Amino acid sequence: MTGFVALALAMLKGFYRDRLTLFFTVFFPLFFILIFGVVFGGGGTASKQKLIPVGDVAFITALPAQARAGFDEVFDLQPAEGLDAALAAVRTGDAAAAVEQRGDALVVHVSRADQVAAATVQGVLSSFVDTTNLAVAQVQPTYSLQVTQVEDESLKGIQYVAPGMISYGITIGATFGAALTLITWRNSKLLRRLRLAPVATGAVVGARVVVSLVVAVFQLVLLIGVSMLLGLRLSGAWYMAIPLTIAGTLAFLAIGLLVGSIAKTSEGGSGLANLITLPMGFLSGAFIPLIAAPGWLIVISKIMPMGYLVSGLSDVLVRGQGPSSALLPILILLGFAAGLTFIATRLFRWDAA
Amino acid sequence: MVKAIEVQDLRKRYGSLAAVDGVTFEVGTGEFFGILGPNGAGKTTLLELVEGLREPDSGTISVLGQRPWPRNPALLPRMGVQLQSSAFFEMLTAREQLQTFADLFAVDHRRVDEMLELVGLTDSAKVRSEKLSGGQSQRLSIACALISDPEIVFLDEPTAALDPQARRNLWTVLTSIAESGRTVVLTTHHMDEAEILCDRVAVMDAGRILQLDSPVALIRALDAPVRISVERGVLTPAQAAAIPGAEHVEAEATSTVISTREPARVLSALADADALAGLQVRGATLEDVFLDLTGREYRV
Repeated sequence: MTGFVALALAMLKGFYRDRLTLFFTVFFPLFFILIFGVVFGGGGTASKQKLIPVGDVAFITALPAQARAGFDEVFDLQPAEGLDAALAAVRTGDAAAAVEQRGDALVVHVSRADQVAAATVQGVLSSFVDTTNLAVAQVQPTYSLQVTQVEDESLKGIQYVAPGMISYGITIGATFGAALTLITWRNSKLLRRLRLAPVATGAVVGARVVVSLVVAVFQLVLLIGVSMLLGLRLSGAWYMAIPLTIAGTLAFLAIGLLVGSIAKTSEGGSGLANLITLPMGFLSGAFIPLIAAPGWLIVISKIMPMGYLVSGLSDVLVRGQGPSSALLPILILLGFAAGLTFIATRLFRWDAA
Repeated sequence: MVKAIEVQDLRKRYGSLAAVDGVTFEVGTGEFFGILGPNGAGKTTLLELVEGLREPDSGTISVLGQRPWPRNPALLPRMGVQLQSSAFFEMLTAREQLQTFADLFAVDHRRVDEMLELVGLTDSAKVRSEKLSGGQSQRLSIACALISDPEIVFLDEPTAALDPQARRNLWTVLTSIAESGRTVVLTTHHMDEAEILCDRVAVMDAGRILQLDSPVALIRALDAPVRISVERGVLTPAQAAAIPGAEHVEAEATSTVISTREPARVLSALADADALAGLQVRGATLEDVFLDLTGREYRV
């Protein structure tokens, strides 16, 4: 037991005194969370489309107060300095559209260069025209349309970014921790020295696992804390993030063990670990959502453990899912841990030679 | 006297290479035992077999009356193994390294400071092991090996890659370890080191022990002539050849060199002739023994 504690303490000291490790496991994900938190921190409202009314557009000024409020949520009315200036502004992309009223007809000038803006303006204006027509004709509409977001309405960019970056931080912490410990200890013959000390192999492995778990939970708490300062709102069974983190750490420790058993030098080990964790980061949706990815890419992402950590953490942290939603990801991650550990022990070597 | 180590007909092959090829020897308790040979002679493999780090193909090993293979936890605290330097935990200071090993061997922390004192690292206790000099980290490595107060200490080329001053410092440490009654087994490829430190030396080459005896006995058995040189100005080669007992005379740039098996006679003759200026006497060394045993130059 004293051996186990001594090893765990030695590893912890080695971890927090090594600035490079600390940077990649803590500050690197923190940095991304900060960047994304600031970039997308403006809130859930979409930016307004700039609209230039040319001359007197009675249609807009005559809108009833309630409709006008809705109109102002979508459009930002710009002062006009004549039709030519307004058209020039649309052409250069400074405004989404210019609108003039000729009798009862609204004429909308849009640019083909920004088709999304053009379609938005066209769609929104025509709905206002339709509604106004119905009101003028004194017809009660039969059907109505209501649109709500499936996510928490307070959803901000940070909600997407935080679970992904937390997963990435945990992944590289555990993978590099295990791989580099194994390689440097083997090459410096420290592993041999431990073999010559009356300490069980289980105590050596156990100390590494416990230290990695402590580091991972520390990462989780710190990164969630910072994200909350930037507007992250926890919803659902957030406490399930802890067992998810533990299961994920075990899986990535196993990957690290595998890397450490294969690679001979620490440079080779870092390269191999990066070669695994970076693509896995992208394929798991930790950096970018996978919604637009082709099917075969989704299949590849399913055979990597990181995606389960990302989606599991998203479910319980921001998607409002209950505790049971974390069970399957936890089981899959533990399965990866067991399988990869089994392979790694087959390749394990005590000595460099 | 109980034998500290007994090895019988030990063999270990790596593929087609017989790294250890039928080795038999004993080391007595309290003995300072050297294993001497060039790189690739099989010294390290032999040591690893005795330490229980590798399984022998055949033969028997007994260390303090016990078998070291498979890993024998009862034997481990009684054996101290110094490894080539840098086998430390990253980012820990010299004292923290020793404290960690003290905990691994369940040894009182008071021993940590004793060890620092013994190897002369008290002033560097708070220095991280990465920042220690080559000699210092080698001494820390030895301190780690001694933490459990072992009865046998294995040292694998402890002075390799050290400058002459650091080597001499380390010899002092090694001598004090031996004087504390421990058995020491040292591998080296430095002939002078083995000659100065060891009670007995096994000369190894190509996986076999060629000869095993005290350095003095090995050199004496060689029956090599002693080389006496003096300044050329006081003794010409022709005069030298006339001295009784001189077997062979060589003229070098500034000196005259006489080879003889009767150095006492030659020296007294030189003294009578008042021809001792620049006197140097060089006896045979383990290097000559190695040359004689293998028929080739000793290269490290």
